[in-house]
Amino acid sequence: MSLLTPDAKTHVDPAAQASVPEKSRAERKTSFDVADFPLPHGREEDWRFTPVDRLTGLLADEPTADGAVTVEVSDQSVVAEPLAADEGVRGTALVPGDRASALAHANSAKALHLKLDAETEYDEPLRVTVHGNAGKRSNGHVVIEAGVHSKGLVILEHTGSGEHTANVEVVVGDGAHLTVVSLQQWDDDALHLAQHEALVGRDATYRHIAVTLGGKVVRINSNVKYDGPGGDATLLGVYFADAGQHLEHRTFIDHNAARTKSLVTYKGALQGESAHSVWVGDVLIRAEAEGIETYELNRNLVLTDGARADSVPNLEIETGEIAGAGHASSTGRFDDEQLFYLQARGIPEGEARRLVVRGFFADVISKIGVPAVVEPLMEAIDAELAAGAQV
Amino acid sequence: MSTLEIRDLHVSVDTDKGSKEILKGVNLTVKSGETHAIMGPNGSGKSTLAYSIAGHPKYNVTSGTVTLDGEDVLAMKVDERARAGLFLAMQYPVEVPGVTVSNFLRTAKTAVDGEAPKLRHWVKDIKQSMAALRMDDGFAERGVNEGFSGGEKKRHEILQLELLKPKMAILDETDSGLDVDALRVVSEGVNRVKDSTDAGVLLITHYTRILRYIKPDHVHVFVNGRVAEEGGPELADRLEAEGYDRFLTPTA
Ligand SMILES: Nc1ncnc2c1ncn2[C@@H]1O[C@H](COP(=O)(O)OP(=O)(O)O)[C@@H](O)[C@H]1O
Ligand SMILES: [Mg+2]
Repeated sequence: MSLLTPDAKTHVDPAAQASVPEKSRAERKTSFDVADFPLPHGREEDWRFTPVDRLTGLLADEPTADGAVTVEVSDQSVVAEPLAADEGVRGTALVPGDRASALAHANSAKALHLKLDAETEYDEPLRVTVHGNAGKRSNGHVVIEAGVHSKGLVILEHTGSGEHTANVEVVVGDGAHLTVVSLQQWDDDALHLAQHEALVGRDATYRHIAVTLGGKVVRINSNVKYDGPGGDATLLGVYFADAGQHLEHRTFIDHNAARTKSLVTYKGALQGESAHSVWVGDVLIRAEAEGIETYELNRNLVLTDGARADSVPNLEIETGEIAGAGHASSTGRFDDEQLFYLQARGIPEGEARRLVVRGFFADVISKIGVPAVVEPLMEAIDAELAAGAQV
Repeated sequence: MSTLEIRDLHVSVDTDKGSKEILKGVNLTVKSGETHAIMGPNGSGKSTLAYSIAGHPKYNVTSGTVTLDGEDVLAMKVDERARAGLFLAMQYPVEVPGVTVSNFLRTAKTAVDGEAPKLRHWVKDIKQSMAALRMDDGFAERGVNEGFSGGEKKRHEILQLELLKPKMAILDETDSGLDVDALRVVSEGVNRVKDSTDAGVLLITHYTRILRYIKPDHVHVFVNGRVAEEGGPELADRLEAEGYDRFLTPTA
């Protein structure tokens, strides 16, 4: 479903049928070799929404420039020996699915390696701050390994500028509970192409939360597959696209094991001329994945004319033996009747707008439930709205 | 003592075929403590009058005045009208998903009063009003009008009326779609507000049923965008017996 305002109408669920892609997601190429992924021209299935003309520099095979990024980790006790390409768990969860990811891998001789010890609960969030510098490009690969029955929260914070390819490879041990939050708080000119991929162990719980507010072009492909039955994955996303921003999120849940669960919930607001958001949610339920449960949802709130939201759910089901599979996708204009109702109760327009937008995000925010993420996020959304009101 | 004064109000809406005049010179004066019933057939322009007073952007006032204690209401923004003391209980209240009733009420109360309500009193006030309107506690944490039944929406409107304490309340078909029990509960709410705040009430209705619970001082028959006849409560009785036909025939 594609939506170009101003002739947009609100679409509600059945309007957005989940489509079955022409080619199975299972057949999509993955490879460690950059040469397997030619420079995209923009008509490829997985690049068709992306402004590839703005990415020719970043998609060139170039090493990380000196001083392109500063990376800091809040807790040194989880920093393990960096991993070379074939070392340790690196490459067991993440195999690059596009040129950007292959570049990130090929140009990261050593990957930052965070290791959460088995049967250990980490009470404090583990913060990784990545600060990019203007005019420079980086390639990064981070491996997060959560030991068996460990419990932790990793927050990746992206600030600053520059151009970046990045992989985040996550191995969630059996019975572990891991939440990975990726915050994109880039300056307005940053480019960021990322693949985040998790291998979710038996009876493990994985939560991935993408919050994208900044950047010129940001594209994050968040993938999940399972390393045994009983795994549970929740992928949450919040984005706010302003004038000139392209914010793209692709999720792929590969239900390759029995009795696994997945829940994908992405919500975005858009305001300003040529603000563009993309959500593509692929779910593949393989023949062996009996008794699984999946639900994916994307909702977009278009605040002004000239913004465009693309929202595409794809559901492939290869077994009849599933516990549940559903999806919802909708894109709607800001509803002036809601504004009138609130104003008719004395609430000034700016505050009324804030209430409506906060209300729109309320359910995904409550699912995120991490105060360290939620509070700054609500403030950031208020600030986005205030900035939009000035234009 | 407040006065809402409507003088020769003309209002039109934009349609596919150009502008269409709906209100054709409405005159009405409502004072504190008075209850005016506006009765009229469907499509006569009752909601248009209500929305125009509240300032809905769809309605264009082409001439005439609306004043509250001499202040020009038409020059005010929607929220300014509410803060000046006007309240509209809507015929079709709007859903605002994700905004809880409790957050909404507190925000509205703070806006109308110009300061946040004292927490302890506020919680007590809400609880009392909700109990009186037979709304259970869980209501406060639901989204505004989200998935509310017709009756719940109307109770929620009256809850706001009780808490915001306006000078003038316009109730647009608050009775429609209510069963007898709900009608009584809602009417009692309106009567409590009248007794405790001396608000002026403009009660818009299609049926006479609600007038058994809320006694009007004045009745105005609204036909084709203007007041066709005025009188006391006895006019409502006549309408009950005779219907609107008398006003709809060309010779009337
Ligand atoms: N946007 C609009 N376009 C055309 N006609 C409208 C529009 N809005 C209202 N009307 C017309 O105005 C008249 C009065 O409507 P309304 O005020 O809702 O009446 P009531 O509340 O008395 O039933 C009706 O004939 C209705 O069809
Ligand atoms: Mg009406």
